[in-house]
Amino acid sequence: MARDILSARQDFPILDIQVNERPLVYLDNAATTQKPQVVIDTLRDYYTRYNANIHRGNYAIAYEATEAYEKARAKVASYINAEHKHEIIFTRGTTESINLVAYSFGERFVGEGDEIIVTQLEHHSNYVPWKLLCERKKAKFQVVPFDENGDLDLEVYKSLLNEKTRVVAVNHVSNSLGTINPVKEIIQLAHDAGAVVLVDAAQAVQHIEHDVQALDADFYAFSGHKMYGPMGVGVLYGKEKWLDAMPPFLSGGEMISNVTPEKISFNVLPYKFEAGTPNVPGPIGLAAAIDYLQEFDEQELRAYEDTLLNYGIGKLKEIPGLTLYGNPKQRSSILPFNIEGIQHFDLGVLFDARGVAVRTGQHCTQPIMDALKVPGFVRASLALYSNRDDIDALVESIQRAIKMLKGAKKHG
Amino acid sequence: MDKRRAQLLEDFDLLENWEEKYDYLIELGFDLAEMPQVLKTEENLVKGCQSSVWFDIRCENGKINFDADSDSLIVKGIVAIVDYLYNGQSAEDVLKADLSIFEELGLWQHLSSQRGNGLMAMLAHLKKAATDCLSQ
Repeated sequence: MARDILSARQDFPILDIQVNERPLVYLDNAATTQKPQVVIDTLRDYYTRYNANIHRGNYAIAYEATEAYEKARAKVASYINAEHKHEIIFTRGTTESINLVAYSFGERFVGEGDEIIVTQLEHHSNYVPWKLLCERKKAKFQVVPFDENGDLDLEVYKSLLNEKTRVVAVNHVSNSLGTINPVKEIIQLAHDAGAVVLVDAAQAVQHIEHDVQALDADFYAFSGHKMYGPMGVGVLYGKEKWLDAMPPFLSGGEMISNVTPEKISFNVLPYKFEAGTPNVPGPIGLAAAIDYLQEFDEQELRAYEDTLLNYGIGKLKEIPGLTLYGNPKQRSSILPFNIEGIQHFDLGVLFDARGVAVRTGQHCTQPIMDALKVPGFVRASLALYSNRDDIDALVESIQRAIKMLKGAKKHG
Repeated sequence: MDKRRAQLLEDFDLLENWEEKYDYLIELGFDLAEMPQVLKTEENLVKGCQSSVWFDIRCENGKINFDADSDSLIVKGIVAIVDYLYNGQSAEDVLKADLSIFEELGLWQHLSSQRGNGLMAMLAHLKKAATDCLSQ
């Protein structure tokens, strides 16, 4: 029996704290989510009872740590429906996952005159590594623009695809606008042209579908800390055939099978890509977060988050002078806005005075800011524990900030 | 300058919460002398990733004079404090300037530690101008 979503809030101890003498209203979930008690307890339990280096110690707690780490890999594989658990590589986060592919796949499969396609909706971490790869390899860097609603222009995308396209890198959900991109269609089109696709799922895996086989993604990257897991652990899923063909990214311990002065042979997947001592408690904590997420019915959770997002959109639209950015066909969990005549930074600072935490600025998406011709905006973002009270507190803070900032103008 | 510091500390002491402090900062910003548009050049721009500050600094008779503005009303309030404390002071005094006043006002953690509001850059610009002024 799935749990009632409204009961989730009680599982997150940080949501009970006071900030500036007011209850914390946490609306920066796209930056990082808070952690349920069960994840905190899992990390504590690891360090309290069985902290040991894995895959090498022949003693009880090393066995236990290794088993928990490898079970976490299996858990992640099952959560995203990977065919094999050795297709799951643990990294530090989405950024490292993408860099691994850009370097390693890029090294082997991208050459002069080849083409790489990204989109204008990408976070810098799914934009810059590809741009740099193109510079190293003298490959062509192509960018699919988005339209006035914040949807990708698929006609331009189709026109850019050709036999020279090696990689298409796209996010499933935009971290700035919340656009849900039609990645299944994007992948199909890329495959028809003979290109592979990396999906940046950092803002998707915790909110919408996350089945790598249904999407037919070649690579799929996400972070643990944005899905209620610990900081410092990320995942790279890659199809076995690609991971097998790619050279290692980092080298050192764990990733080798034989080392002599003459020849080095590499370990099998996934260890080929996990050089050095890994972040052992990270994946174990992430597995606890996945277990936690699965206490809820996924369809119910999506419906709840969608309803709350629409409630927020409705409330924000009632505020005079407020511009809500984007009107994509499908949106997930993100409310990007500005108030006419007010600097976004000022809004963030004034919200904080009332305990409301949001992100202001460019959100690591300068190409989006350039396209919208704004220096930045406020982003409120939701999680499973967000509720209408959070939205109402945000709206109240906006109204209060407008009063303070515009009132001062009149007074001045 | 010490008298001005004390005055600021006394004023801020009367403010009960963060909203009042920010409100006061915003008011200070509005009392700042308007910066002529012609001085808001690319060259005078101290660009932060969240807000921009324009600084036109001049050395006149061994004194540092400046016009400044920001697109953020809160940062403009900070600029007003910098203006109140250092505008028209001798280059020697400006060289001794530090940001401890913002710590004492309790603003350091909230404003200065954030990337891009330009407070550190503002001070660096002032000190550079003061150094240049003294070497003239």
